[in-house]
Amino acid sequence: MDDPARRLGFSRRALLLGAGMAGTGALLAGRLAWLSLFEGERYQLKAQENRIQNRLIPPRRGWIVDRNGKPLAMNRPDYRLELRPAEVVDLDATLIAIRAVIDLDINNEYRIRDDIGSQPSFMPVVVRQNLTWPEFSACNVRLATLPGVSAVQSFSRYYPEGDRLAHLIGYVGAPTPEQYRESRDALLIYPGFRIGKDGIERHEDKHLRGTAGAARVEVTARGELVRELGTSADDPGDTLKLTIDRELQSYTARRLADNSGSVIVIDCQTGDLRCMVSMPAYDPNIFSTRVPAALWQALQADDHTPLLNKSAMGLYPPGSTFKLVTTLAALAAGVDPDEMIGCSGAYRLGTNTWHCHARRGHGGVNMHRALPLSCDTYFYIMGRRIGIDAIAAMARRLGLGQEYELPVPGQASGIVPDKAWKQRRYGKSWREGETLNAAIGQGYIITNPLQLAVMTARVASGRAVMPRLIADGPQNGALPPEFPSLGIPEAHLALVRQGMIDVVNAGYGTAPAARSAVPDVVIAGKTGTAQVRRISMAERRRGVIRNEALPWKQRDHALFVAFAPASAPRYAASVILEHGIAGGRYAAPIARDVLTYMFEPQRALAALPAIEADAARRRAERTATEAAASIARDRQQMMPSWLKIDLAPPEYEIADADAPQPPREPE
Amino acid sequence: MDLLNGPWRRELARLPWGIVLLVVALAGFGLVVLYSAAGGSLNPWALKQGIRFAVLLGAAVVLAMVPPERWLAWAWPIYFTLLAALLGVELVGAVRGGSQRWLDIGIMQFQPSELMKLGIILALARYYHYVPKGYETRPDVLLPALVLIAMPAGLVMLQPDLGTALAIVFGGVVVLFLAGVRLWLFGAAAAAMAAMLPVAWSLLHEYQRNRVLIFLDPESDPRGAGYHITQSKIAIGSGGLTGKGFLNGTQSHLDYLPELHTDFAFATMAEEWGLLGGMYVIILYGCVLAWGIRTAMNANSQFQRLMCVGLVATLFFYLAINMMMVMGLAPVVGIPLPLISWGGSAMLTVMILLGLVMGIARANRARLD
Repeated sequence: MDDPARRLGFSRRALLLGAGMAGTGALLAGRLAWLSLFEGERYQLKAQENRIQNRLIPPRRGWIVDRNGKPLAMNRPDYRLELRPAEVVDLDATLIAIRAVIDLDINNEYRIRDDIGSQPSFMPVVVRQNLTWPEFSACNVRLATLPGVSAVQSFSRYYPEGDRLAHLIGYVGAPTPEQYRESRDALLIYPGFRIGKDGIERHEDKHLRGTAGAARVEVTARGELVRELGTSADDPGDTLKLTIDRELQSYTARRLADNSGSVIVIDCQTGDLRCMVSMPAYDPNIFSTRVPAALWQALQADDHTPLLNKSAMGLYPPGSTFKLVTTLAALAAGVDPDEMIGCSGAYRLGTNTWHCHARRGHGGVNMHRALPLSCDTYFYIMGRRIGIDAIAAMARRLGLGQEYELPVPGQASGIVPDKAWKQRRYGKSWREGETLNAAIGQGYIITNPLQLAVMTARVASGRAVMPRLIADGPQNGALPPEFPSLGIPEAHLALVRQGMIDVVNAGYGTAPAARSAVPDVVIAGKTGTAQVRRISMAERRRGVIRNEALPWKQRDHALFVAFAPASAPRYAASVILEHGIAGGRYAAPIARDVLTYMFEPQRALAALPAIEADAARRRAERTATEAAASIARDRQQMMPSWLKIDLAPPEYEIADADAPQPPREPE
Repeated sequence: MDLLNGPWRRELARLPWGIVLLVVALAGFGLVVLYSAAGGSLNPWALKQGIRFAVLLGAAVVLAMVPPERWLAWAWPIYFTLLAALLGVELVGAVRGGSQRWLDIGIMQFQPSELMKLGIILALARYYHYVPKGYETRPDVLLPALVLIAMPAGLVMLQPDLGTALAIVFGGVVVLFLAGVRLWLFGAAAAAMAAMLPVAWSLLHEYQRNRVLIFLDPESDPRGAGYHITQSKIAIGSGGLTGKGFLNGTQSHLDYLPELHTDFAFATMAEEWGLLGGMYVIILYGCVLAWGIRTAMNANSQFQRLMCVGLVATLFFYLAINMMMVMGLAPVVGIPLPLISWGGSAMLTVMILLGLVMGIARANRARLD
C-alpha cells in the first residue's frame, strides 16, 4: 500500500513546508528582536507617554490690594464643568448625559454648540460655571467616564468693589486661540485659566500670573488616575499693591452717582493716585466670566460710554482750568500782575468777536481778579500778547500733552497745540484767533482728566510731580519719590494759588460751592466749563440757550480742579462731568466732598444719602420712560404696515354709578 | 473497547511524553500570562484556563490512543457531520437574523467552524490516500478536492469569519501541496488570487476592509481603528530584551492594550517578559512543529502523513497569523494564540489536533520499535 516513491515525494514537499515554517519563524523572531531591541527605546518612550500625563497645576493669580492692604481683586473657589470638543465622541449623547446630572437650559446649550463650532477643538468649552458643591460632586461621580467632560475646581477672580474700580483694574478672561498659538504655553488652554484683559490686570499680567506647577500622574487608557508620581508646586502670582485708597474710591464713585465723568485725587508730594474713578462702568465680575450679548450691546450703545476709562482715555477741552497755565505763562513772560484790563464782555479781533462768559463784562480786571472771575477777555489779551508757543511750553511743563508711566493701557496723550504742531498736522500756519481759543482752554487743546490732576498737583507743589499707581513705598523698602522743582518762581506760584483760593473763598469767585466745611482746611480750585457746541451769532443775538434746555449730548462739560489744604497743599483733585453744564455749580461740590473725605470722612459721608436718593429717583424715571418707549416701539413694530398710523387708545366715559339713567330708545 | 482490552499500558508508554512536556510548558506560561493580565489574580481567567487545559490534555492523551486507521474510517462521517452543522448554523442564523457562529446543543455551545479546520484535513487526507501516484493533478481528481475545501470555507465566510475560513483554506491547500499536486498550479493559483483581489475586496465587509487599511497604515488613526496595532507594537517594543517584569506591564494593566487576554495575549506576555519570553514561545512552538513534521515523515501511510502535516500546518497557521498580527505584520483578524490566549474553542481545537498527531507518533513508534 505504501508506495516508496510517493513517500519520497511527500518527504521532499514536507521538508519544503518545514523550511517555509522555519523561515516564517525566523521572520517573526527577527521582527520581535527589531521591535524590542532596535526600536525598544522609542516604544518605551511611547509607553511612557501613554501612561504618564503631565497635568498642569495652574498658578493662583496674585491679588491686587489697595494702599492699606484691602483687596481690590481676589480669588474665589469656583466649580465648573468643562468640555473638550476634541475628545468628545458624540456631542448629542454627551449633552443628554450632562443634562441628566445638572440643569442646562436651552440658551446654554446653544452657546455650547456655538462655541464648539467657532473655536478650535483644543480649546475647552465651559458647560456650566458656579456649580454648587452637590452639583460638582454629582458631576465628578456620574460623568467621570464620559470622554471629554471634566468637572474642574479652580479659582475665579472676584472684584469686591465691582464697577467702582472696573476701569482701573480691568478684568480677566479666557485667552484667545491666537494668544495660545503665539506662545504655545499649555497654561493658556488649561480649562478655566484666565489672563488679564484690561486695565492693570492686563498691564501687570506677567507679575500677577505666576508660574504653573506640574503633577506627573499615571493614568489608565480611560484617563482614570492611578497614582501621582510627583509634583512641582505652582508659584502663585505676586500681590500687587496700589496707591489707590479703596474707601476713597468707593466714596467717590458713590458721590458721582449717575453722572458720567471722572474724579482723580493725587497726592501732591508723592504722586500717589489716591483714587481714579471713571463712571459709569461695567461690572468686572460679570466680564470675568462671560458677558451676555444683551449686556454687551447695552453697554456699547450707552451714550455715557461705560466701557471707556474716562480718567486716562477720555479727552476733553480743559476749558477755564487751563487758565492756570495761561496765567503762569504770562507771569513767566513778564506780564505785570497788577496791570488793569477793561472787559466789556466781548473782544474783537479782525472781523470776529470773542465773547467773555459774562455778557456785560467784568469791568476793570487785573491778574489777581482774572482767575477768580475767570474773565475770558483778560486771557484773550494776555494770550495774544505772549503767543501760543509760550503757553504750550508752560502747558508741557505742567504735565499736559504727555503720557505717564502708569500700568494703565491705552492712555490718551491729548494735544498741546503750538505753531509747529499745526504746521505738522494741518500744513497751515497758526492763526492768532486760535491763540485766543487756546488761552481759555478751548480750540485744539485737549487733555485727559489725569493730566489735569497732575497739572494741579504741580501748581500746588511747585514740583514736577509724576503720578504713580503701584505702591513701592517705605513699607517695600523704597522712599517716596522726591520730585525735582519745576523751576517756576515761588512768587508766580503763590499768585496763582491765591487766585485759586479766591475762586472758592472770595465772594466774587466762580466756585463758592466748593468752600470747605472743615475748619482749618481751605480748598483752592479753578472751575472750567468746556463748550462742546458752537454758538452761532444768531443764537447769541436771540440769547444763548440755557444748557439745561439742551439735549444731554450738547451740554457743556463741567470741570473743576482743586487742591487742599490751601496753606500746605497735600492733595490735588480733578473732576470732570461729561455734559455736566457748569464747573462751578456741578463739578465743584463733588471736588469739595471728595477732598472733605480726605480730612473728615464722616462729614463727607453725611452728604451721600440725599445724592443717592436723587440719583435713584432719576434712574427710576429713566427706566420708566425707556419702558414706555419700548412698549410703544414694540406696538408699532407688531402692527401690520398698512395699519401703522398713530392711533390713540379710545377713551371711554364711564358714568357715575349713582347718576340717573338716560332715557333709552324704545326697541 | 479493543484498546481497553489491549496492551494500553504499553501504548501509553509509547506516547511522545517529551512533547507533552513541551505543551505543558507552553500552556503553563500561558497561565502565568493570564494571571498577570487579570492584574495578578487567578480569576477570572487563569484558574478556569488551567482546569480546562488539564481536562483537554487528558482528552488529547485519550485521543492519542485511538489508532490512526480509525480516523481513516471516520473521516467522511466527521467531515459531513461538520458540514451539516455549518449549514445548520447558517440556517439558524438566517431564522434568528444576524450572524451566528454557535450551535446550541443543550449542554454547551458548539462552534462547528472550529472543528472544521480539523475535519477538512481528515477528509482531504483520506481522499488523497486512495489517489494513486501521478493522478493527483488530474482535473477529475483535483476538482472534487477543491469542492471539499470550498464548501466549508464558503459557509464560514458567510458567517462572516474571515480568519477561520482562511485557516480551512490554508489547511486544505497544504494537504493538496503535500499530496503531490503540481507546483505550477500553486503558482497559477497565487497569480489568479492576485488578479481576483479587487473582486474579493468588494466582497469584504466594511469592518474587514478597515482592518486591512489600518494594517497598511496603522498610524493614520492611532486613536481609532489603528489603536489595536499601535498599542500592541508599543507593548512589545517597550518590553525590550528582558521585559518590564512579571505583573509590571503598563500597557496591559492600564488598559491601553485592548483584548489583552485573548488575541493580544502575546503582546501582554512580551511586555512583561521581553524578547526572551517571545523567543521562549517561538522556540517551543518551533520544536512542536518540527516534531510534527518528523512524525509525518516517519508515518507509514499516505493518510497518516497527509493528516499529520495538515494538522501541523493548521497549528502553524494559528501561530503565524496571530504573531504577525500582534507585531504589525498582518491585519487584525480574530485568531488567538493557541495555549496562551484565553478561550475554550481554540484550545479545544488545538488539543484535539495535538492528540491526533500524538496518536500518529504513537502508532509509528510501535512500528519503529
